[in-house]
Amino acid sequence: MLNNGWIIPAIPAVSFLLILFFGKRLPRGGSEIGILAVGASFVLSCVAVYQWIDRIETATGGKESGLRALGRGVFGVEGGHGEAVVTPIVHHVTWWQNGGFEFGVGIRMDGLAVMMLFVVTLISLLVHVYSTAYMHDDIRFTHYYAMLSLFTAAMLTLVVADNTLELLLGWEGVGLCSFALIGHWWEEDANSRAALKAFLTTRTGDIGLMIGIIILFFAVGSFDIGKSNAYALLPRADHSMLLAASVGLFIGIIGKSGQFPLHTWLPDAMAGPTPVSALIHAATMVVAGVYLGARLYPVFFNGFSIGAGGVNFMVLTGGITIIIGAVLAFVQDDIKKVLAYSTISQLGYMVMALGAGAWVAAVFHLFTHAFFKALLFLGAGSVSHSGSHHSFDMKKDMGGLRKYMPVTFWTFMIGTLALAGIFPFAGFWSKDEILVTAGQSDYDVFLVVGLVGAFLTAAYMTRCVYLTFFGEYRGHGHPHESERAITIPLVILSIFSILAGVLAWSAWPFHLEKFKEWVEPRVSFPVVVHPGFDYSKAAISLAVATLGIGIAAFFWFRHEKLGALKGLTQRNKVAHAGYTFLVNKYYLDDLYENVIIASIKGSLANASYWVNQHVIDAVVNGAGRGAVVAGRFTYEKLDQKVVDGAVNGVAEITGESGGLLRYLQSGRVQRYALLLFAAVGLLSLFLLLANT
Amino acid sequence: MALNNFLILSAFLFCTGIYGVLARKNAVLVLMSIELMLNAVNINLVAYSAFHVAVAGQVFALFVVTIAAAEVGIGLAIVLLIYRNAHTVDLDEVDQLKG
Amino acid sequence: MVAQNVAFWILAIAMAAAAIGVVRSQNVVHAALYLVVVLAGAAAQYILLAAEFVAWVQVLIYIGAIVILFLFGIMLTRAPMRPEGTMDNNQRIAAGVVSLFLFGVITALLVDAYGGKEIKLEDRLVVIGRSGTLASSIFRDYLVPFEVVSMLLLAALVGAVVIARRD
Repeated sequence: MLNNGWIIPAIPAVSFLLILFFGKRLPRGGSEIGILAVGASFVLSCVAVYQWIDRIETATGGKESGLRALGRGVFGVEGGHGEAVVTPIVHHVTWWQNGGFEFGVGIRMDGLAVMMLFVVTLISLLVHVYSTAYMHDDIRFTHYYAMLSLFTAAMLTLVVADNTLELLLGWEGVGLCSFALIGHWWEEDANSRAALKAFLTTRTGDIGLMIGIIILFFAVGSFDIGKSNAYALLPRADHSMLLAASVGLFIGIIGKSGQFPLHTWLPDAMAGPTPVSALIHAATMVVAGVYLGARLYPVFFNGFSIGAGGVNFMVLTGGITIIIGAVLAFVQDDIKKVLAYSTISQLGYMVMALGAGAWVAAVFHLFTHAFFKALLFLGAGSVSHSGSHHSFDMKKDMGGLRKYMPVTFWTFMIGTLALAGIFPFAGFWSKDEILVTAGQSDYDVFLVVGLVGAFLTAAYMTRCVYLTFFGEYRGHGHPHESERAITIPLVILSIFSILAGVLAWSAWPFHLEKFKEWVEPRVSFPVVVHPGFDYSKAAISLAVATLGIGIAAFFWFRHEKLGALKGLTQRNKVAHAGYTFLVNKYYLDDLYENVIIASIKGSLANASYWVNQHVIDAVVNGAGRGAVVAGRFTYEKLDQKVVDGAVNGVAEITGESGGLLRYLQSGRVQRYALLLFAAVGLLSLFLLLANT
Repeated sequence: MALNNFLILSAFLFCTGIYGVLARKNAVLVLMSIELMLNAVNINLVAYSAFHVAVAGQVFALFVVTIAAAEVGIGLAIVLLIYRNAHTVDLDEVDQLKG
Repeated sequence: MVAQNVAFWILAIAMAAAAIGVVRSQNVVHAALYLVVVLAGAAAQYILLAAEFVAWVQVLIYIGAIVILFLFGIMLTRAPMRPEGTMDNNQRIAAGVVSLFLFGVITALLVDAYGGKEIKLEDRLVVIGRSGTLASSIFRDYLVPFEVVSMLLLAALVGAVVIARRD
């Protein structure tokens, strides 16, 4: 499957068309095709993973085949180790070639790609199954499944792409599907506006992305990712062009991965169905930016001079995003919005990690985050589906649900603990690795930022859990556990959330670094720091997370007894101002919509209108009038006077001359005789004169 | 006798006949003018006959007389016919060939 | 020669005056009678030129028949006996100019060509004028034209009858 990896995106693409044409006639509305297709892609992705692990293990000296190596590696038996060079498998088909310019399509299968294939197909499959229950009576069920298939196909194209143009194709494809799926219930005006906001905000980032791709092309001379990475590591590479390309590409990442300041679309995107939020806005699409950063890492590494430490554009943006996302999660009443801001914050972690040189940490965090964030979103969906009568408002419609929905409750708890970074769940390992690498790469400030973020993450998630599952039921429905199609995916994801950390369990007793071995690129990769497991930092981060849980729990569980703190934001003006500032999302939305967009829209629209009325219409009207004048002139002066004059003149001359000549034919014979004799006389005169 | 005398006399008669043909309204008068012209020619012929001492001139003069007679006969017949149809012999009235 | 010249001149002047009378007279019958004078004068000229037969034929045919024909024509076409308006049409002046012009040209030509030539009256000339000589010439040398002229006369006779008869 490594050599034929193009099949993996092709299957969902075909299923998209099939669902579109035949889905309505099928008994289950097309979901059969979708699940079958994504299931097939998942199986093939597993095959690809197996083949890749085998490739690595064989190259690094492991004497067993990949599956056994996986097993041995997981359970601590000696597998392959080493730094042997293993190249990615690249297949390329040239579409068009002219002079030195060439582009085409192809696949580039390496550890990063197969890991993403696995994650995307697995979560897509679980979401497909989940949606059969969640979207059961939806009016556009078939259309929903068609767009899910298309999304999966586009995301997989992005993942396996071997050149930046193909990656851009997938990027835009997922943007389109995101638009379509967020606006799935477009009858509500808010939903279609949210979809448009998502699309346009990511589009704004895409300007930078495209410019970055173009600059990179001119620097490297090719769109190929491998060549771009190799070029970026050359000493003679043009550093300013690399910087410009990195900035451009990073702006695309800011838009797509919800970094500050283009993060405003992600919370509004929660207007779409919850499975969509789980798939797209938690696990897959939003990480496309991080994936891009990981794929073209040498470009960023040398463009932003990440190895130098201190601060750079990438790590700064990531760090800011962590904090603002986390802080905003505190003031949300909508459970999905809490999770959305949490996603923003975690994406900030990934970007910060990339910016700090922690490539493996960022990618591993991407891997684990996909599982537990999808789990949390699907859990929220389960709560709304069966617990709060299709509402997401925690304060109004939820509470005390742990008694009614045990499976949902426990899986949600597992997801929360994983997100908060509690040992031994997956999030602990990935977040910890980020913090350690940041600390050891001279990015100490951001180590602190990361710790603060961890504290906040734990705190707001505790709040969320409390409001949803503890206390008294405040809603109006009849809460019950969801059906199996919903709960089984939750269970599967929670298993992964627990076990995914094993792959990087570099502490006692396993000392595993399998993830790094399998996924980190071994060609065209800059020299980065690979810290070992730091027990002290691990202890600090664990303590911080636990502290966060504890304080939040204390605040919320003892809510009634905290008289002084209760209702603080209502009473105290400063606190209230801070609260209002947060509720209004730092007034960023107002800034964007009412100030920037409105001024451009207003003045631009007026200017365009003026140009249209006075310039374009003037030209057109002038041309019209000119034509009319020319026509009239031609008619009056040329046609009537000159042409007709000539024609009439000829007729008149003929008539007149005829009239004159007529007199010669008077009919009177004597007149003729007169002329005859006169002529004879003249003739004889001439003859006489001639002969004398 | 000078030959030129006869010839100039003949020329005079001829031109007078031309004047009459062109200037007279009555068709019969036009015919008379034509007779003048023919006579002028006759005088010419006979004068030349005397000058060259040749008989041919006189023979021709006889023929001219004969033909003049025939022509006058026909001419007057035609004038009579015109008179019968148009009730006038004014040549100004006979302009059916007017273009 | 003097007598002949004097006779010629008298006749010439008479003929000229009568000719002008023909074309300028306002009375048709007067014009016909003037024509008679011209024709008679011509006959006299012929006698002067020793062409006796032609002279008498002239008198016989022209004055005797043709002028009578004219008079009949005048009568039958009710030509006015008295002058009624003008007898001339409106191109008199142009006609006068043309005829004068022609007269000038012909005279100039004649003077130029035959100035000073004389007609000598001699025996040979007298012989020519005899009817016997004419007859031999006609019936020997010009027989065919003579026959043709006979046919012509017949045609003219028939034609005149055909044209002028009342149906």
